[in-house]
Amino acid sequence: MTSKLCSLKEAVATIIQNGDRLVMGAGLEAAIPFAVTFELIRQGKRDLDLIAPISDASADMLIGAGCATSVTGAWVGNVSGGLGHNYRRAMEKGVPRPLTVNDFSNFSLAMALMAGAYGMPFAPVRSLLGSDILKSNPEHRVVQNPLSDQPDPVVLVKPLVPDVAVFSVQRADQFGNAHLWGSFGVTQEAALAAKKIILLADDIVEPNVIASDPNRVLFPGFKVSAVVHEPAGQHPSPLTGCWKRDNDFFNDYHQRSRDRDGFLAWIEEWVLSAPDHAAYRAKLGTRLDDLRIKGSAPSAPANFASE
Amino acid sequence: MSCYSTQELMIIAAAREIQDGEVVFVGMRLPITAFGVARLTHAPNAVGLFEVGIARHQPAQDMLYTMSDPPNQQNAAWCTGTMQVMGLLQGGQVDAGFIGGAEIDRFGNINTSYIGGFERMKTKLPGSGGAADIAAMSKRLLAIMNHEPHRLVERVGYVTSPGGLEGGDSRSLAGLHWGGTAAVITDRAILKPHGPQGELHLFSVHPGHTAEEVKAHTGWKLQDHPDLRPTPEPTPGEMAALHAIDRDGFWRT
Repeated sequence: MTSKLCSLKEAVATIIQNGDRLVMGAGLEAAIPFAVTFELIRQGKRDLDLIAPISDASADMLIGAGCATSVTGAWVGNVSGGLGHNYRRAMEKGVPRPLTVNDFSNFSLAMALMAGAYGMPFAPVRSLLGSDILKSNPEHRVVQNPLSDQPDPVVLVKPLVPDVAVFSVQRADQFGNAHLWGSFGVTQEAALAAKKIILLADDIVEPNVIASDPNRVLFPGFKVSAVVHEPAGQHPSPLTGCWKRDNDFFNDYHQRSRDRDGFLAWIEEWVLSAPDHAAYRAKLGTRLDDLRIKGSAPSAPANFASE
Repeated sequence: MSCYSTQELMIIAAAREIQDGEVVFVGMRLPITAFGVARLTHAPNAVGLFEVGIARHQPAQDMLYTMSDPPNQQNAAWCTGTMQVMGLLQGGQVDAGFIGGAEIDRFGNINTSYIGGFERMKTKLPGSGGAADIAAMSKRLLAIMNHEPHRLVERVGYVTSPGGLEGGDSRSLAGLHWGGTAAVITDRAILKPHGPQGELHLFSVHPGHTAEEVKAHTGWKLQDHPDLRPTPEPTPGEMAALHAIDRDGFWRT
């Protein structure tokens, strides 16, 4: 097998193309691959469709930086601060450029990814009935349940096949086999549906570490195109067992992104002036030490012996 | 007169809506604390679900900024995906769910997407998240709102999360075979649906507030529920449970 290890810069440059449909933040508020968000901004990627149920501030940053033309998701904002200021500016005023939204709820998005993953022509859902999401996103169709004799409307959502999905994981080997634990949102459906996967690994381990617990593998390594080793690649979001949430960072971003100039200054300070994620980590300095989880609460080992 | 904040009263009112043994989508902040109070008082067997893919018996031991934070993962009853926990909703296996919102109307429909409607949007709000799913598919919907006339409106500009839709049987005609608004808990009062249309009526008025004041802060002509009463004051047991969870006094002011 060949190693899939590569730099953040190379992975983003070669795997993510302008116009791609991109999953970032499949874990909802945890394990958001912000290092890739920042690198997309540095490389000036354009016309992305951002697919995520709840993308926290990552989607707001990409929208403000002009990298996105659409959002396919359920919620865009800043979980600590509330509204996403760049999202509002793009939707209400077309600043820095107009944005379209393909409205979903969390569950219907998970179902659309599941349909994409398993080659289903559509996924039937009972959610969205009665919701104006059916009006603002006419791709969702209401049909009578063909298997019922009673009136029984159901919503059909189209399968969603992302071009690339990016995931932060606690540990991976160089071949793309990875362990991810804690709640994982729509990670599994997004990974199985996506054409390509980039892993942002907090730690690189020997293959036998991953192989020792195959139940902690959410998707197969053969689907992974690149493994990027970046500690705290998910900062400021949390990663179970590794990093706490940097709530002050989210609040600071929320305050400073209230107006366009404040956002541009923020992005210059935190993204553009740091050439890579190592420089970003250095900028965080001792703050990162405070966010590192130092306690130990390991799970009991599971015995996989065969005789 | 015992000493408590408006937020603490809302938490305890919300806790009283959770029955023992129920499976409840608890959301964040105020409802998550309410879930903890319910477990320590009248509902020791309630189970909390989080749409990120978590089920918990005991509430998290440390402060949470989001439901995905590490304290909510540690010693959870189940760590899984959104599909698994929200699939239980679709299967009709979730008793109740809490959501908040920017606007709610007299039938309990909630808007968290587009103020002014999506065609003539004035303000873009973050969107549904899991709220539309919880509103459509939990057996009882519990809404938490700040009680202001621009928030409790005659008709929302956009239905993100369905309550009673147009009232009457419109919810079931839309294909939602169960569920609907059970209570709206505000900082002034509790509203509950009543009558053939299921319009929200004034069910109880919090201590320190009057029915007139509540009605003046409601964007439709709010009618009295036949069981209209004062919201009972928090009991010493409820306050002790709340203080055992809110050790830092986050909700005290």
